[in-house]
Amino acid sequence: MSTPVVEVTDLHVSFPGVHAVRGVSLAVHPGECVAVVGESGSGKSVTARTLLGLTGEEATVTAGRLAIEGVDASGFPERQWRSIRGRKIGYVLQDALVSLDSLRPVGKEIAETLKLHRAAPRHEIPGRVIDLLTEVGVPEPEVRAKQYPHELSGGLRQRALIASAIACGPRLLIADEPTTALDVTVQAQILRLLAERKRAGQALLLISHDLAVVAELADRILVMKDGVVVEDGTAAQVLGAPGHPYTKSLLDAIPGPGSRNTVAGDVVIRAEGLVKTFKGRTAVDGVSFELRAGQTLGVVGESGSGKTTTARLVLGLLQPDRGTVEVDRRQTQVVYQDPLSSFDPRFSVRRILDEALEVGGTPRRERVKRSVELLEQVGLDDSVLDRRPLKLSGGQRQRVAIARALAPRPRVIVCDEPVSALDVSIQAQVLDLLTGLQAELGVAYLFISHHLGVVHHVSDHVLVLKDGRAVESGDAHQIFTAPADPYTQELLAAVPGGHYDQADPSRRALPGREQHHRLVRPQVG
Amino acid sequence: MIRRILTRLGTSVLVLWGAVTVSFTALHLTPGNVVDVLIGSSIVTPEVRAQIIADYGLDEPLFVQYATYLGRVLRGDLGQSYQLHEPVASAIGAQLGPSLQLAGASLLVAVVVSTTLAILTARRRPWIRGLSSNLELIGVSIPTFWTAILLLTIFSFQLGWFPAVGADGLAALVLPVIAVALPITTMLTQMMREGLELTLEQPFVLTARTRGMSDLGVRLRHALRHVLVPTVTLIGWLVGLTVGAMVAVEQIFSRQGIGQLTLTAVGGKDLPVVMGVVLLTAVLYVVVNIVVDVLYLLIDPRLRGAT
Amino acid sequence: MAFLALVTLAALAPGLLTGGTPDAADALAALQGPSADHLLGTDANGRDVFTRIVYGAAPSLLAGLGATALAVVVGTALGLLAALGGRVVDEIVMRLVEIVLSLPTLLLALLVITVTGPGTVNVIFAIALYTAPSYARLVRAQTMVIRNAGFVEAAVSLGLGRGRIVTRHVLPNAFEPLVVLATIEVGTALVAAASLSYLGLGPQPPAPEWGAMLSAGRDYFSVAWWIAVFPGVAITLTVLSITVVGRRLQRRIA
Repeated sequence: MSTPVVEVTDLHVSFPGVHAVRGVSLAVHPGECVAVVGESGSGKSVTARTLLGLTGEEATVTAGRLAIEGVDASGFPERQWRSIRGRKIGYVLQDALVSLDSLRPVGKEIAETLKLHRAAPRHEIPGRVIDLLTEVGVPEPEVRAKQYPHELSGGLRQRALIASAIACGPRLLIADEPTTALDVTVQAQILRLLAERKRAGQALLLISHDLAVVAELADRILVMKDGVVVEDGTAAQVLGAPGHPYTKSLLDAIPGPGSRNTVAGDVVIRAEGLVKTFKGRTAVDGVSFELRAGQTLGVVGESGSGKTTTARLVLGLLQPDRGTVEVDRRQTQVVYQDPLSSFDPRFSVRRILDEALEVGGTPRRERVKRSVELLEQVGLDDSVLDRRPLKLSGGQRQRVAIARALAPRPRVIVCDEPVSALDVSIQAQVLDLLTGLQAELGVAYLFISHHLGVVHHVSDHVLVLKDGRAVESGDAHQIFTAPADPYTQELLAAVPGGHYDQADPSRRALPGREQHHRLVRPQVG
Repeated sequence: MIRRILTRLGTSVLVLWGAVTVSFTALHLTPGNVVDVLIGSSIVTPEVRAQIIADYGLDEPLFVQYATYLGRVLRGDLGQSYQLHEPVASAIGAQLGPSLQLAGASLLVAVVVSTTLAILTARRRPWIRGLSSNLELIGVSIPTFWTAILLLTIFSFQLGWFPAVGADGLAALVLPVIAVALPITTMLTQMMREGLELTLEQPFVLTARTRGMSDLGVRLRHALRHVLVPTVTLIGWLVGLTVGAMVAVEQIFSRQGIGQLTLTAVGGKDLPVVMGVVLLTAVLYVVVNIVVDVLYLLIDPRLRGAT
Repeated sequence: MAFLALVTLAALAPGLLTGGTPDAADALAALQGPSADHLLGTDANGRDVFTRIVYGAAPSLLAGLGATALAVVVGTALGLLAALGGRVVDEIVMRLVEIVLSLPTLLLALLVITVTGPGTVNVIFAIALYTAPSYARLVRAQTMVIRNAGFVEAAVSLGLGRGRIVTRHVLPNAFEPLVVLATIEVGTALVAAASLSYLGLGPQPPAPEWGAMLSAGRDYFSVAWWIAVFPGVAITLTVLSITVVGRRLQRRIA
């Protein structure tokens, strides 16, 4: 086999107090795509940064072997690392809005790589920048080069970021969560772009929390947990016949169609012809729906589709310009995407729950007992009572938020992206908690998410929004298996993993799809 | 963009008008007959008294007096200092040069020193940052007039390195500039270092490093610009503080300047001069704010589209 | 921290720290350096510098605290008025604030003192007048931010009444940074008061006040450095301790 572009064996990286990477070995050969998958804190990004000598001053790095194009790099001084970065290895981070310098035009950012490595004579650089933008599929490159990141769409920004990483034609491109902040249709485009690079012979190292995203591209997949590689094999092996229980749990954690057998009660929310305009922009345009007791209505759409505005109309935080919402607001509670900002920073869990119980009319002396019951209901114990939310983990915070919502015994809970900020396995636990509570208490959910898999998992009925309009609504199973509207079809086709891609059977089938048919993109937003 | 400029102009006019009104109110709030207040502690002939009454329209109703005063200020007539026996405008004009020199030099030194310090100390080893932030704490806490006295005693009286008096030449400027610049420098350094540390955590900094840029390069080419907006804001605010600090410093170093002029005027109850200085600083504030606004637009393209 | 306690003690009960009286002149012992008899030396009139510093703590601290307290009260009232009083009130108050802020701090104080004449109370008024607008700004900004904060929206959705939301969530969160700012600003106000005294506009001699003592000591600097140095040290250390305490508060809240 040819010399690997990068090769590292028995890599250990530790920071003061944390042993972040323990004995990782990996190699990427020319034209190959290797993916490293893991949840936050698994050490996947640290591993990738080690390959560029960018672990920071506080890190201690040891490796059996660390070689770049066959040359031992373990003793490289900073100067030599700088000649590697950008020239031999390109690096793409997530969310170009913050990964590109917001105060400079994107063309300058791309030119910077060329200038740093003197890859082209000065007068040729503007031309090269245009060529690079064209190469990554940016239309009107001359105009775009002069624009600032905030003036470009998410997809174009991400392409520009990729262009700056491949400007000097590096042998290896490392992409660290390259699609994480993107809408599902844009994500599909960027994945296609990376696939093109790979076909053109570019070696790729993909870092992701998302098995589904890497499934389409990777030849080899490494699964990391707590700094250790727990699974290492070809994509087919890892996805089709995972050897390690953690890989299995990751695959199982990916939400897909759930088994719903809820019984519909009376109508608890009826919205008709809702219209809401902000400064001339119509955020919600004639949306109608109905939610029945004990059931879940999933509202799905990309950013700017009007999902959150709809939720706020239901909650009475906004007044509709036209249309009506019939809902008993005393019986309605809410769970937000970012639970932390929804808690008063000075309040402990005890006070948070106490306040919610007070609103629900629970007598003062019963509140502590009820608080403990609520915590048990959401899978926490009374040890968190006197802690502030800031000191809790993301999953625990969301559980406290759910407990708070349950405290006044509501009939409806509006869930606004309740799992988008959580790791995949935590996401699955919180979703299970929500469905379990529904079965136990008969509470209805208005469930808002951009994530098709999550919505499919929890919903009885689905409402698909695009630019403030409802493009399709109806039975969840019906919509996910036989979408009628072209936009819904496009959305489903864009979901990586290919589960919903019935329109195009020629696309590469995901190995092991039969066993793990629930492979739908979860996303950390 | 245009709306922004109009708003700023409107506010500027309002601020100037406010300053005139504050002066006028001060004049009338001062206990005693307005003519006596205007004259202060100097002695004038009855003819001059009559002239003052006519100039300020003091025999007219208060509203007319206000209008008269406003009109005079609009024409650039700041009145007469009866103690200095010259118009306020020319008295101020004569002292403006040395003060601008001191203020300009101090701000320049402060900006250069604090930028260098911030770039060198941001996200460095804990002891460097600790040392630097402790020094900053002390720098902010020392009263300027005390710094000035210490500098004067040590370097002029004891060591004889720098002249103790006067405003001539570069050597005479060194100690006053240090005294005025010290608190400004420490405040700026502190803010810029904190700003840089936040910026250096941003993903785009990592991106620049992955292109092969050096740590110092990233600080200079990328990060620095991101802390400029708050820095410019702070500098704009510090201009007022500088003017205040200069009053004491000019007195201690016996330098000519607006500070000395004001102090003498306050001591001698020479209200026309004090009012003139108040108006001058209001103009300064307006000018500084317009400059700050223009700088914002130059620094941050995201502000250009906004209203 | 310990130093601050000492200064407070000096301000409240100066007699505990020194046996002397601040105005006891002893012409024979004028301009003596620090010694066992006179810990920090004597001034031109033979008065004990240490005793005068101890007795000077009360007026110096009082000026800083008094000015800050007055400014906080006025500033908070204005800030709340601006934030909650509707657009017109907001515009008027904030323009007023901007006009006051447009004048350099010390200059405004000088203007006030030209009008009112020198003295401790006038100094307090002068300093309060120009610091109040910063509190008004902070309170207004805080109130606005908190009004739109996620946890307030959450409290509304929960079904909490308007009054409860304001008293339980908005006000406490708005006041925390105010307390921090006020603590740090006591130091600034103290320096400002000392500056004014130094310029001869505060308490009149022979009252022992740190700024005034510095001013008196300045003329003897080449022969008796201790007269001006020690009051300066007292001011700097006091301000430093106040700032450190303020910073700690700030970090605890953040």
